Amino acid sequence: MATVAESERTLYPYVTGSSVVALKYKDGILMAADMGGSYGSTLRYKSIERLKPVGKHTLLGASGEISDFQEILRYLDELILYDNMWDDGNSLGPKEVHSYLTRVMYNRRNKFNPLWNSLVLGGVKNGQKYLGMVNMIGINFEDNHVATGLGNHLARPILRDEWNENLTFEEGVKLLEKCMRVLLYRDRSAVNKIQISKITEEDCTVFPPFSLKTYWDFSAFKNPTAGAPGSW
Amino acid sequence: MFRNQYDTDVTTWSPAGRLFQVEYAMEAVKQGSAAIGLRSKTHVVLACVNKANSELSSHQKKIFKVDDHIGVAIAGLTADGRVLSRFMRSECINYNYTFESPLPVGRLVVQLADKAQVCTQRSWKRPYGVGLLVAGLDESGAHLYYNCPSGNYFEYQAFAIGSRSQAAKTYLERRFGNFNGSSREDLIKDALIATRETLQGEKLKSSICTVAVVGVGEPFHILDQDTVQQLIDAFEIVSEEEVPSAESQPPSEEDAGAGQAPPADQGAGADQGAVADQGAAPMDI
Repeated sequence: MATVAESERTLYPYVTGSSVVALKYKDGILMAADMGGSYGSTLRYKSIERLKPVGKHTLLGASGEISDFQEILRYLDELILYDNMWDDGNSLGPKEVHSYLTRVMYNRRNKFNPLWNSLVLGGVKNGQKYLGMVNMIGINFEDNHVATGLGNHLARPILRDEWNENLTFEEGVKLLEKCMRVLLYRDRSAVNKIQISKITEEDCTVFPPFSLKTYWDFSAFKNPTAGAPGSW
Repeated sequence: MFRNQYDTDVTTWSPAGRLFQVEYAMEAVKQGSAAIGLRSKTHVVLACVNKANSELSSHQKKIFKVDDHIGVAIAGLTADGRVLSRFMRSECINYNYTFESPLPVGRLVVQLADKAQVCTQRSWKRPYGVGLLVAGLDESGAHLYYNCPSGNYFEYQAFAIGSRSQAAKTYLERRFGNFNGSSREDLIKDALIATRETLQGEKLKSSICTVAVVGVGEPFHILDQDTVQQLIDAFEIVSEEEVPSAESQPPSEEDAGAGQAPPADQGAGADQGAVADQGAAPMDI
């Protein structure tokens, strides 16, 4: 079954990042993730950058096992290096990087030694915006907005209602903040230190971290189980 | 003179710094039947002369589709050409599988050249005896490359290889300045005329030539014989009518190979413009 020694294959994740949310906007892609690395239920690391640029045209966001994410960054580093060494005016775009990663993830899954991540890949090349996702079992797809983990349940519905093709940068950021705020309230592995990054045809920027304003005095938060069946 | 002493294997240099085995391999390319390539900004056309062993046999396949956006015409040892085409196809399809994207021609050509170089530096191998004209499209536009048995490759606006290719090259040299802006039809016509130049007076028929095109929005494909015959007829009609005036052409128009100033300027046979310029009549010389 496993082609590596039993003691050397991934069985469960240790230090994990929570959701990543991303959407296409007018000029490119916007992506958001918090900077937390959880060790089980402990919010152990609070400055982990989970959004990284790859080459000239791509932005990668990861949730799941952080060490596997770092390994993936090493693979991509090598890929981009060889691509640049051709020095011939051709370059790998986001679609190509996404396909490459899909192959890597799926192959590892087949060997029962997965890279325990859900990855979001976005970028712009030759005016074409691209946003896709691939996860640890090799499921991959493209869409106008994507999210990983709990983001799929909490953020995607918001995006389905409120996303449109012509979002400006400010509107896109506001929408992402709305999603991240919901995740902050409801996802126990979220930390209130958010990074947003954008990629356009010209360049890629990962903005400095900021925190969201939260309000915990909603009356519904005070007695959450009042009236629920089986509660007292 | 001293050639024979240093030409036994490919890993022996001559005192003049040459590898004779590699040069002999390039001779093999010159013995093959002609292959011609030309490119514009958006299209690349390959044409070749079909040589058959006898009237009874079919002719050898010299143009291969490598991928939707790349094709190759070969001259020389066609068996070597077939094997290299298979390599090219497999590289393209592997790249496509991993990246879901077409392999850039420039990179394929370098891989091919590296493969050829290996054979010039192993004592137990021999160089590939085939020259390849690689036509393809990528992000940066249309490209035509020539891959040599020596492991060198060059990019060309237009080129011809194989026997009597010099005649075609002369024609192409005169006309290549216009190719970049040429339409697809004009490019094909120029390819056919260049092919005719290599035939030394033999009549150009679709049965003795093969033409293939690749372009923006047009995957690589070989034109079928009827289409080719129609294109030939279209400009042959014009030239046949002008045969009487061909002999009054000034001598400077004639070139060493075969045939005269092309009627291509006049469009597909419709225009009867500058009549005196017409007439690539079969060789009277």
